[in-house]
Amino acid sequence: MGEHCAIVGVGQTKHDTLRVDVSMPGLIREAVTKAFDDAGVSWGDIDAVVLGKAPDMFEGTMMPELFLADALGAVGKPMLRVHTAGSVGGSTAIVAASLIQAGIHKRVLTVAYEKQSESNAMWALTVRIPFQQAIVAGAGGYFAPLIRAYMARTNAPDDTGIRVALKDRLNALKNPTSHLTFPDVSYEMVRDSPMLWDPIRYLETCPSSDGACAMVLAAEDAAKTSPNPPAWVHATAMRSEPTMFPGRDQVNPQAGRDCAAALYKTAGIKNPRKELDCAEIYVPFSWFEPMWMENLGFAPAGEGWKMTQEGATALDGDLPVNASGGVLSSNPIGASGMIRFAESALQVRGLAGEHQVPGAKKALGHAYGGGSQFFAMWVVGSEQP
Amino acid sequence: MSESLKPVTAIKAPVHLEFSYTAGRASTRFLRGMAQGKILGQRCPECGKVYVPPRGSCTICAVPTDVEVEVTGKGTVTTFCIVRIPSDSLSIDPPFTCAHILLDGADLPFFALIQECPFDEVRMGMRVEAVWVPKEELGPTFESIKYFRPIDEPDASFESYKEHL
Repeated sequence: MGEHCAIVGVGQTKHDTLRVDVSMPGLIREAVTKAFDDAGVSWGDIDAVVLGKAPDMFEGTMMPELFLADALGAVGKPMLRVHTAGSVGGSTAIVAASLIQAGIHKRVLTVAYEKQSESNAMWALTVRIPFQQAIVAGAGGYFAPLIRAYMARTNAPDDTGIRVALKDRLNALKNPTSHLTFPDVSYEMVRDSPMLWDPIRYLETCPSSDGACAMVLAAEDAAKTSPNPPAWVHATAMRSEPTMFPGRDQVNPQAGRDCAAALYKTAGIKNPRKELDCAEIYVPFSWFEPMWMENLGFAPAGEGWKMTQEGATALDGDLPVNASGGVLSSNPIGASGMIRFAESALQVRGLAGEHQVPGAKKALGHAYGGGSQFFAMWVVGSEQP
Repeated sequence: MSESLKPVTAIKAPVHLEFSYTAGRASTRFLRGMAQGKILGQRCPECGKVYVPPRGSCTICAVPTDVEVEVTGKGTVTTFCIVRIPSDSLSIDPPFTCAHILLDGADLPFFALIQECPFDEVRMGMRVEAVWVPKEELGPTFESIKYFRPIDEPDASFESYKEHL
């Protein structure tokens, strides 16, 4: 790493099923304006823009970056679009950070969004591969067999997923940007919700959201003049692997393990569970919490579910996971990864509001995408590395 | 406010896609096999893994998989999902069971439909076989296999397929 990079501004929209009150440019401006207010900057202070969103078919609008260039304030400036499926929000933030770390720019605006109400993601994800039956029902249909495999491998108690969903849905009540909120959510309510992709229940599933997230990233000098405390980037990492090959561990993918190992090495972290104060990880279906706890090295293989069952991942546990309510509560797909990264930054800046983890100094942001094949992660801290 | 003064918040703009698909050499061999009621795969000359359907190269060894092998339609359900949510883009109406099937002699499971069995009686390790469309309907498509159905064999042990999950 060359220059230091800090997150000096974070903005999110109110995420919702249907934001008909704003167009795509309006949705983005809502998040960017908030990030600018936080950072104390305006359009003229930004050197470059890095945009991320999920596949165009999710909204039925091809290459939206063409008409978003002016809404993003990118006219006359470098602009990039990043695409790594569901992990895109994370990899977009990493690309933006690398422009600072490389010493190319002083301030970079990074934005990710999805207006899922404008198309149908399940339709877009139920790929009609030529010469094959269309039977893999969206992301749930793809991931449910992997969850069943995890359950069989680990003999985890059947209600682990219910407990994750309950925790995240309770956390969501403390986050004003949350899309799905169930004020009277209970264990029984989650347990009795309908099976959509057995073994995944309705309340163990992420919603389809309209929403955007923006961050202002800054080099050291610019960060030190910011009005609010910065979050410093301690390490970033990305890894990928093919969807299918013989012997592929789809439950605990090698790319995710390698990505975490590289991340911790750069960040100088030896014991992630002890040294990190909280984590925002990409959990679109409840069971992915215990699965990623193992993949990220927080728990030994086969024991991730114990962290959920013991309450370690709760807001008052030793490693709060998804204090924001997570992807289960808000899922503008293209932005979901960036929201994880942004929420981890808010935690170490002490600006997470009601869902603040007390005294959080070092946090993990995590995103994955495709068939569990793209991974993007960062560690941010309140102290300059 | 009169109807004509209300803001336009959304319009419907349906998308329709048609595309040509270039199968490539390995998939062409596989699809020609399908048209003859055969399941053709390819073996990696270095690690010996068998790809069904073949991809033309081994992802692990990064070499061409030029040894063709034929496998039977018998295999094992390694894991599965019971789909209960309807979608316009699905081939059939829920509930149904979509399984990962590992054919005997192959090293790569693929998604397939299980029928001729109540959807909630499918198990990990269940032994199944391919059910083909009638001979005159065979074509260069995976849809020459209608679905898989259970066969009267004891379930495969978890140990035997756990490397493929």
